[in-house]
Amino acid sequence: MGRLNFDPLNIVICGIGGQGNVLASELVSSTMNDLGYKVAVGETYGAAQRGGSVMSHVRVSEKFEMGVLIPRGEAHFIIGFEPLETLRQARQYAGPQTRIIYDPRPVYPQGVLQGRQVYPDLKAMEEEIASLAGDAVQVPAAAIAMECGDSRAANIALLGAFSTLSGAPLNSEELLDVLRQRFSGAVLEMNERVFIRGISAMRGSSLSEV
Amino acid sequence: MEWTTTIDAPGKVCLMQGNEAIVRGAVEAGINFAASYPGSPSSQVLDMLGRIANERGFYAQWAANEVCAMEACIGTSLAHARSLCIVKQNGLLICADALHCGAQHGVIGGVVVVTSDDPSAHSSTNEFDSRFMVESADLPMLEPTNTQEAKDLVPYAFELSEKLRQIVVIRLTTRVCHGRGNVVLGKLPEKPNPLRQVNEWDRLVCVSYRHTPMLKTLENFREEFEHCPYNHYEGPEHPEKLVVAGGTGCLYAKEALQRLGLEEKIGLLRLATVWPMPEALLLNYLKEAGSVLVVEEVDPFLEKGLQALAGKHRLQIRFAGRGDGGLPRIGELDPDVVMDAVRKLAEIPAPAGAAADRPEPLLERELNFCAGCPHRATFYLLKRALKRCSKEPGVVIGDIGCYIMSSQEAGHYIYQACNCMGSGINLAEGLGQLSNFGMRQPVVTMCGDSTFFHSALPGLLNASYYHSNMLMMVLDNSATAMTGFQPHPGTGLTAMGEQVEPMSIRAICESMGCRVTEADPFDVEGTQKILEELLPQPGLKVLIMRQPCATLMSKKQRKKRRVWIDQDKCVGNGCGCDRFCSRVWGCPGNSWDYEKNKAVIDPVSCVGCGVCAKLCPAGAIKVEDGED
Repeated sequence: MGRLNFDPLNIVICGIGGQGNVLASELVSSTMNDLGYKVAVGETYGAAQRGGSVMSHVRVSEKFEMGVLIPRGEAHFIIGFEPLETLRQARQYAGPQTRIIYDPRPVYPQGVLQGRQVYPDLKAMEEEIASLAGDAVQVPAAAIAMECGDSRAANIALLGAFSTLSGAPLNSEELLDVLRQRFSGAVLEMNERVFIRGISAMRGSSLSEV
Repeated sequence: MEWTTTIDAPGKVCLMQGNEAIVRGAVEAGINFAASYPGSPSSQVLDMLGRIANERGFYAQWAANEVCAMEACIGTSLAHARSLCIVKQNGLLICADALHCGAQHGVIGGVVVVTSDDPSAHSSTNEFDSRFMVESADLPMLEPTNTQEAKDLVPYAFELSEKLRQIVVIRLTTRVCHGRGNVVLGKLPEKPNPLRQVNEWDRLVCVSYRHTPMLKTLENFREEFEHCPYNHYEGPEHPEKLVVAGGTGCLYAKEALQRLGLEEKIGLLRLATVWPMPEALLLNYLKEAGSVLVVEEVDPFLEKGLQALAGKHRLQIRFAGRGDGGLPRIGELDPDVVMDAVRKLAEIPAPAGAAADRPEPLLERELNFCAGCPHRATFYLLKRALKRCSKEPGVVIGDIGCYIMSSQEAGHYIYQACNCMGSGINLAEGLGQLSNFGMRQPVVTMCGDSTFFHSALPGLLNASYYHSNMLMMVLDNSATAMTGFQPHPGTGLTAMGEQVEPMSIRAICESMGCRVTEADPFDVEGTQKILEELLPQPGLKVLIMRQPCATLMSKKQRKKRRVWIDQDKCVGNGCGCDRFCSRVWGCPGNSWDYEKNKAVIDPVSCVGCGVCAKLCPAGAIKVEDGED
C-alpha cells in the first residue's frame, strides 16, 4: 500500500488491434491485485483484430470500488501505441494532471493507404497531444522492439518507459520481476532487452526519475 | 489466466475477467453440463469451460446453435444435472421458443442461462436488451454489477433454480464480460453435482395448465428476491432523491455520488434482481422519494417497471432515465453521462466547460478484412463476375460473420440486405422466386461455414425444394473466425479438444438435392470462370468457396512466403491501374511508397497469399517460390 499519488489512479492504454496493449494492461493490473489493491479494468476491443482501435482503462485504488471506465479528463497516465490513437484518447481523458508516453510511429488506417482518407499531420498531432496533458514524451517503442528482434514487443518497451515515471505505481525492478514470472527462455531474454531499452529511452526526459 | 478458474484456494483474491468469473462460478456450483454457441461478448466462457471440463468432470459443448445448446441443458435437467447455457448478443432471441416452453414446464436439476448483451453494439449489428425477452417468458433474472457478483450469482442462481424448479437467467453486458476486477474465490466442490435416475413420473412437459403454476413460481421468486443478499442500499434511511441502478451503471452512479459528495443525501439502490422486481424492498425506498434516477444498460426496463409500481401505489415520483431523457436513449452508459444525470437529479448546475473550442473530429479506423483474407478475393471476383455476365445488376444478400464487412469499402459495398444470422438464404430464396414474375436480376447470397451449420440448413432445404433461382455461396474458411476460431461441426474438433469426424458441407448440400460446385478464391481465373458459368443458370446453385482463414493459418504456419515489388515492372501512377493493389484491392499488405511513387509490400502485414500478384496488371508483384 501507499503506492498511489492519486486514489483512484487512472491509466489509459491505447492503440490498435494486435499491438499487445491488452497484455500490458493485464500485467500491470494483475500485479496491483497481487499487491492487495482494488483494481478495475475496462477493455474496449470491438472488432480489434480487423484494424479497429483498442483501449484499456486500468484503475487502481486502496479504498474505492470503481467502475471499469475512467471519467472524462481524469487519466493520470496515458500509454499510447500510436499517435492518432493517443490523441483520440487524450482529447477525452487527458487533463493538466496527465502524463503521456506514446510511440510517435503512425499506423495508417486502411482508408489512408487507399488514398480515400488523409492521416492527420504528425507535427500538429504532437503539438495537440502536448497541449492536452501536463507532460508528453515520445518513446520509439515499435522501433526498439524491431531492433531487439520482435515488433510485437512494443508493449514491453512502453512498460519499461512507464516504470520510470514518477507516480507510476510499479517501479522498473518490480515490473521486470513480473516479466520474469510470466516469460522464460529466449522470449524473456528479448523482453528484458526491450524493457531496458524502454527505460533508457526516457533518460533525460522531464517526466522520468531515471 | 485459466488457473484462477480451478485453483482450490478459498478466500484468495484474483484479478478476473467477467467471462472468467462466470466460469469460476460454474465450477464452484459443480456443474455437470455446459453448452453455448460462440459470439460477443461471451465467447470466452465456453472456450474456458471446454479446456477445464475433463479436469473438473463435466461435459462442455460448442453446439451448432443456441437452440441446441439451451434444449440440451433442459434435457439434462431431467437427470438432476446442473447445466449452464451461455448465449451471445441476440442469442436469446434464437432460442425464444425453448425459453418460453421451458418456463412453462420448469426444470428439475438446475438450469442457468447466461445471456450477454452488447450495448453500443461494439461487435454486433444491433443493440438488444434481453431483459424484455426474459420478462415475457415469466422467468426470473439476475444481473451483476461487478466481477465478484458475476462469479457469485452463478452458484446462487443454481440454488434458486433447484429450489423453485425454474430456469434462472443471468444477464451480462459487454463491460462486465470483458472488464476485469478483484474476485474473492469461494470453495470448490470435491465432485460435480450428483446425477440421479430419471423416474417414470418425472415430467417436463409444456402444457397450458402449467400457466398458473408458472406464474406462482414467478411470485415465489419475487418473495425470494425481497431478501436477495446481492441487492444493496447505501444512503439516507428515507431518501428524497434516489438512484436505482442495475448492471455496470451502478458503479458509475456510486462514483458520481462520491465525487459530488452526495452519498449522505441521495440513496443508491443496487439491484441484482432484475425480474421479478422485489416490490416491498423498492417501495420501502420509493415511498418518501420525490425524484428517482434509473441507471441501466440499453432500454428503460427497470424504469418502466418502477413507474408501474409507483403508479399502482399512487406515488408522486418524477422519474429520469433511459426512457425519460435523463440518460441517452441509445448507446452504452459511461461515467460522464451518469455524472450528468446525477447532477440533474441533485439539481447541481453543470460545470462551465470550455466547450467552445471543439477540434475537428479525428479520422475513424474502418474495419477491413485481414491481410490474406480469402473473403477479399471472393467479393472482388463476385463483383467482377456479376458485372461481366449479367446485363441487369446483381442482388446480393449478406449474412452474419466476418464477411459482413463486405457491406463496406472492404468488400466493395457489395450487398443490398443483411438481416439476422442465417437469414441470407431465406431473403434470397424469396427474391429468387420472383424470377417467374419478371425479375431478371441474378440473386446471390452467402454464409460462412459456422453460420451454415448454425441456421442455414432449413433455408437451403426450402430453397432447394421450391427451386428458387439463386446462387448460395458457402464461404468455408474452416473456422468460426469472427469470434475466435471456435470449433464447429465442420472442423472435426470439439470444445473439449477431442478429434471427431468432420461433417461435409458438400455432402449435406447434395443430400438436400443441391447442385454443388467448389472453388478456391485464391485461384483467381478458375473461380472467375466458375462464377460466370453459374450465375446465369436457372435454379438453385451452391458454390463452396474453400480457403482457410488467413489469421488461423498465420497462427499455424511459422514461415510465410515473401512477396515483393519488382521495381522495374511497377510503373506507378503511369500504369493506368489507378494503384490497383493499394487502392482497389485494399489488402493491408499492399501499401504505396509516396517517395518513389510505386507500390510497396508491408512485410509486417503481408501473409504471403500471393493473390495480389495474380491481379497486378503489370505483373510487378513477385512471390517467393511462386510461378506467378
